[in-house]
Amino acid sequence: MERVVVSMQDPDRGVKMRSQRLLVTVIPHMVTGADLVEWLVQKFCVTEEEVLHLGTLLLRHGYLYPLRSPCCLELRPDDTPYRFQTPYFWVSTLRPATELDYAIYLAKKSFRKQGALLEHEKEHYGQLQRKVSHMWDLVVTQAREQLRASKHRRKGDRLVITWQEQTYWLVNRPPPGVPSVLEQGPEQGSHSAKRELRTKDSGFYRQEIECIRKALSRARVKSSICLEAYLKFSDQYKPHDPIMSGCLPSNPWITDDDAYWIMNAPSVAMPTRLRVERWAFSFWELLGDSMGRTHFLEFLGKEFSAENLCFWEACEELRHGAQAQLSHRVDAVYQQFLAPGAARWVNVDSRTMELTLGGLRQPHRYVLDLAQMHIYMLMKKDSYPRFLKSDLYRGLLADALVPPETRRRVFPFMWKPRHSNPSPALLPTSVELASGKSAIIPDDDGGSQEV
Amino acid sequence: MATDGLHENETLASLRSEAESLKGKLDEERAKLHDVELHQVAERVEALGQFVMKTRRTLKGHGNKVLCMDWCKDKRRIVSSSQDGKVIVWDSFSTNKEHAVTMPCTWVMACAYAPSGCAIACGGLDNKCSVYPLTFDKNENMAAKKKSVAMHTNYLSACSFTNSDMQGCDKKAMVWDMRSGQCVQAFETHESDINSVRYYPSGDAFASGSDDATCRLYDLRADREVAIYSKESIIFGASSVDFSLSGRLLFAGYNDYTINVWDVLKGSRVSILFGHENRVSTLRVSPDGTAFCSGSWDHTLRVWA
Repeated sequence: MERVVVSMQDPDRGVKMRSQRLLVTVIPHMVTGADLVEWLVQKFCVTEEEVLHLGTLLLRHGYLYPLRSPCCLELRPDDTPYRFQTPYFWVSTLRPATELDYAIYLAKKSFRKQGALLEHEKEHYGQLQRKVSHMWDLVVTQAREQLRASKHRRKGDRLVITWQEQTYWLVNRPPPGVPSVLEQGPEQGSHSAKRELRTKDSGFYRQEIECIRKALSRARVKSSICLEAYLKFSDQYKPHDPIMSGCLPSNPWITDDDAYWIMNAPSVAMPTRLRVERWAFSFWELLGDSMGRTHFLEFLGKEFSAENLCFWEACEELRHGAQAQLSHRVDAVYQQFLAPGAARWVNVDSRTMELTLGGLRQPHRYVLDLAQMHIYMLMKKDSYPRFLKSDLYRGLLADALVPPETRRRVFPFMWKPRHSNPSPALLPTSVELASGKSAIIPDDDGGSQEV
Repeated sequence: MATDGLHENETLASLRSEAESLKGKLDEERAKLHDVELHQVAERVEALGQFVMKTRRTLKGHGNKVLCMDWCKDKRRIVSSSQDGKVIVWDSFSTNKEHAVTMPCTWVMACAYAPSGCAIACGGLDNKCSVYPLTFDKNENMAAKKKSVAMHTNYLSACSFTNSDMQGCDKKAMVWDMRSGQCVQAFETHESDINSVRYYPSGDAFASGSDDATCRLYDLRADREVAIYSKESIIFGASSVDFSLSGRLLFAGYNDYTINVWDVLKGSRVSILFGHENRVSTLRVSPDGTAFCSGSWDHTLRVWA
């Protein structure tokens, strides 16, 4: 924020500043809201809405203050006058604001004009008198001294100082109901503490060196290959991304109609076309959908290799299951799938079998990982491609449901588009989509709607 | 203490310089295979049009800052936790609150929904991760059934039921192997603390959001940072990030109360969403990608679509 504020005050390229007549006094270095907005829009190439938001935040953090209505902390794009807060009072430089300082400020305020304190300030003042009672003489002396000194200043300077202080205290002691912008999460406190504790001793460096050595010997892939993969992935999944392409019959959040979820429930009678298509993207997608898995199991049954999938599922249960059931599960898996002559014996290569059986003596959650991976790859390379070419799968694809688009709920003030679940990603049109301007979308029946 | 573990001919300074030179070598190695930038590759991809996303649901009920949320697999239920010590389970489609648990501590910073939909886990300044089975039986006291699952030495900042493989630790993003407990890869290009990390849907990359007001994309196979998402007008830190289902969009919640939507491939900002009245602290896309939910210090959660 400070970077922005400093650049705004740059005499050559900053915001236009002028001296303003406020009642009778002349105030230097003032900027209007409109100028601020214009300058920010130009500098950042963003919309006015965004700039107003940013400006309001600057006000709330005390980097700017309005000259007329001090408590109205919202940037207005008109001729409302503002000034920049002096760096002395910036949030980052003078923290934390002490109770003593606050007491002096409130004392000054109440001495200067009777009844000038706001409700919450009066309350604070009373509290402070008790808290800082042992130093109250100092408070009073300081306050009177500062008031006396200010009388020697020009009215303009006096006003400025008053505003500066007022803004500072608005940030550091916000009135009730206004959230404090200075609030931090608990991380802030403990993070810095954590960092101090981590002494960079020889152990630390040794660990680093070890880590980097390992990283050096890592096999890397060319960027072009990795990046192409993103393009391919995004392209493939785009029709399945409801935010990108909308969803049929409609996005439940937009139309309040949950038909989409009902149609895509885990165990629905007839799956949708998109869902069945997705099973062909990767083996992982197929296994990830319980319905896909069921059909795959059916297919494997015909090929007499259903035990592979069952074994894989049993291993998954072991990995994610409760610790208490661990040994019981391991035993069950061994008896069913791995023991010689087992009812559903899986065909694992001898080396893997040897390692696995060895590991079973001391069973743990990941003891079957090797065998599970072997069977997974077997299914992926062998059964899965055949599944995709099978009549079973093709039949599912052909019979799959393509839900009709439902009409969007009609609200009197909203336009009723032809494609009733308008995709959030409206396609670019030939009209220049400059920032801030609305887009004109040609309607299918020849008219056009403004968005 | 200073001479602990040092061998002959080694000093702290020599170890440090060795680490530095190795780091330099690593950067060199990583750069060797970097033959193209992401935005160059993405040039032939169609640009995205204007985005129209709005708040579709606002969930009110927390008495203080919302710190964390998670979706249930049923795509409509949400669990959220707050500084007031409450963990609430909502049916966000109907905006009904279904369960509420009061934690013994304030600043419940993490919560997660079990894949089965039958339990939630949460934790915070009490340094514990507790699991609560969800029950609709009004006579049962949910708190009584909770089980403490883990003890940590410091506060719990994130938890999830699946392998949470990543951690943003200061400015470093590290990838861990859950089984060996080893750090497998590390990236240090952010200029400030990382607040959030999330895997790209294919699992080959991840994005991070940081206090330096940028989000970055790191590829695990190329072993380097491949994109930076930043804009001069964005000066507040990003607190949480998540990808859309196809990975084309990156949603990031910021401390300036806004959510920016980035085109992951082209690196440009697609949209900015206003609505929250205080920092956005948490953001997750729903499991089927139909919407995303953001939680904020303004005590509310919003579902956007």
